[in-house]
Amino acid sequence: MNLENITLISFGYFEKGLLELIVDDVEREFSVPVKTREGYLDLSEYYDPARKQYNGNELLKEIETQFATETSKTLGIFNVDLYIPILTYIFGQAFLNGRSGIASIYRLSNERYGIKKDQTTFVDRIRKEVIHELGHTFGLFHCSNPTCVMRSSTYVEDIDQKEHSLCHKCKSDMGVHTL
Amino acid sequence: MAKKISILIVDDEESVRDSLYNWFIEDGYRVECSENATKALSMLESDSYDIVLADIKMPGMDGLEMLKRIKSLRKDSIVIIMTAFATVDTAVQALKDGAFDYVTKPFDPDDLSHLIRNASKQISLLEENETLKEKMVSLENVEDLIGTSEAMQQVLREIESVAQSNASVIITGESGTGKELVARAIHANSPRKFFPMVSVHCGALSESLLESELFGHEKGAFTGAVYNRKGRFEMADSGTIFLDEIATISPKMQVELLRVLESKSFVRVGGNKEITSDFRVICATNRDLKTMVEKGLFREDLFYRLNVVNINVPPLRERIEDIPQLVEYFIKKYCISMNKPAMTIETAALKRLEEFPFPGNIRELENMIERAIVVGNGKKISLKDLPLGKTIVNTTVESLDDLEKNHIFQILSKYNWNISVSAKALKVDRVTLYNKIKKYDLKPAK
Repeated sequence: MNLENITLISFGYFEKGLLELIVDDVEREFSVPVKTREGYLDLSEYYDPARKQYNGNELLKEIETQFATETSKTLGIFNVDLYIPILTYIFGQAFLNGRSGIASIYRLSNERYGIKKDQTTFVDRIRKEVIHELGHTFGLFHCSNPTCVMRSSTYVEDIDQKEHSLCHKCKSDMGVHTL
Repeated sequence: MAKKISILIVDDEESVRDSLYNWFIEDGYRVECSENATKALSMLESDSYDIVLADIKMPGMDGLEMLKRIKSLRKDSIVIIMTAFATVDTAVQALKDGAFDYVTKPFDPDDLSHLIRNASKQISLLEENETLKEKMVSLENVEDLIGTSEAMQQVLREIESVAQSNASVIITGESGTGKELVARAIHANSPRKFFPMVSVHCGALSESLLESELFGHEKGAFTGAVYNRKGRFEMADSGTIFLDEIATISPKMQVELLRVLESKSFVRVGGNKEITSDFRVICATNRDLKTMVEKGLFREDLFYRLNVVNINVPPLRERIEDIPQLVEYFIKKYCISMNKPAMTIETAALKRLEEFPFPGNIRELENMIERAIVVGNGKKISLKDLPLGKTIVNTTVESLDDLEKNHIFQILSKYNWNISVSAKALKVDRVTLYNKIKKYDLKPAK
């Protein structure tokens, strides 16, 4: 794969410029130019009324078939609650060593948990989640280093515990995968 | 993750399989999927998985039935049952049937990670437990090789020089001289000492049993093979395999053994998957393998493959200076095991022991001391406690030849090697007795 860029596509209603705040860090982590744009999808097709959530597997397939390209790593970012059939919710998922992934900002804000709004923390969580899912597209597994961004997170508190950068081991593993 | 844990997902819903697959792949596990129980069982027969995650409701065979079959295939498998419709009855049934855990879909992401982490911990504990048990068996029986005689010092020097290498060793020596002890000493001093030493007494097993014992078997390979079973070669991975009485194995097994020694790989009885194992081989025999090769009774190629180093353990009659030390060692050993106060031996009794020929070697001496401690007065072993005048029944004689050899030796010793008197006692003619002496290479005790 001749990688030219990373494309971050926002689906749904985002605060203007939210993705622009994380572009520099994503670029620095993967040493690849990052583009942002808006995308349009009829999300009602992916809505499960019984769970009141959106099917992450189907959305990931949609991103892969409709938006991913051979020369780019594409990440769809949603502002809806994502699930996969066996899990109550997910923050995001991606094709390991593949072209695409998805992430949700729905559960990343403090207000969701009845805590006072904190924009800095919110953006920081988005940054980490985006880098984490992109890491999978670069072939990285979950990392056991507690501060590495590739550490698996099941709660926002877990996301807050880690840094937004890759540890040395993940960086060197990624080097192998991107050769 | 030190070892890559493998997971088999069994669910008829593609979306569930995909979700779990993606989730576990990201965690670095080896993951494979099956859409039904029948396919999963055949996958389990041809490959091994550490954890099976199975849906309870599937068309055809359901998860509970599959759980029973997996457990009959491999008793220690970790199976986690998933269901969208949890009832207490099915949960209890699954756990009764041996499921590791039971979860209701959809589960919290944290629960799933915890579940697999716990299962992985259980797997490593089981493996560690098995390794430790093997290690205990090999360590608890390691006794010091006793003796300051030149003959014994030579054996110790040979053990020291060969232990660090990977070379095959044949230990020769009469019955009861302590060949297995020498093998254990080699293993205990080798870089493989932290891995198991697995012993196989080839003479005690029929050809088919020995084959199954050495190579393992798959379930159903023969009547009575109700589980898959690891063979001794597989168990000795990274360690040592000790093949006692190697001269007794059949020509067919000799061929099989040669192939395994050359390739370090084999197939379980009734199986088709090639298994590799890194083991060192040590053999023992009380027979003259070279003569057996000349007579065509033992394969020459196998002999040279095994006989890289030969250590000959001397009979006790050639190291009588070690007898006091051995006697002291056995008295201490049996006083402790029988919970008796410390005992000693009378000088006269010890002197008689030093004069005795001991055709059964150290094993015979050990039996004699054990008996003396049982029948003795509890303070000192005296002459009357030792059955020196009588024939000692060696209960561990391996073959009819050994029995005959020992008996002839006893009679010759009893009549001070007077051939005529001995032949009369044995009710054979003198020529026959001479032939037997030649055959067994019998010599008067020094």
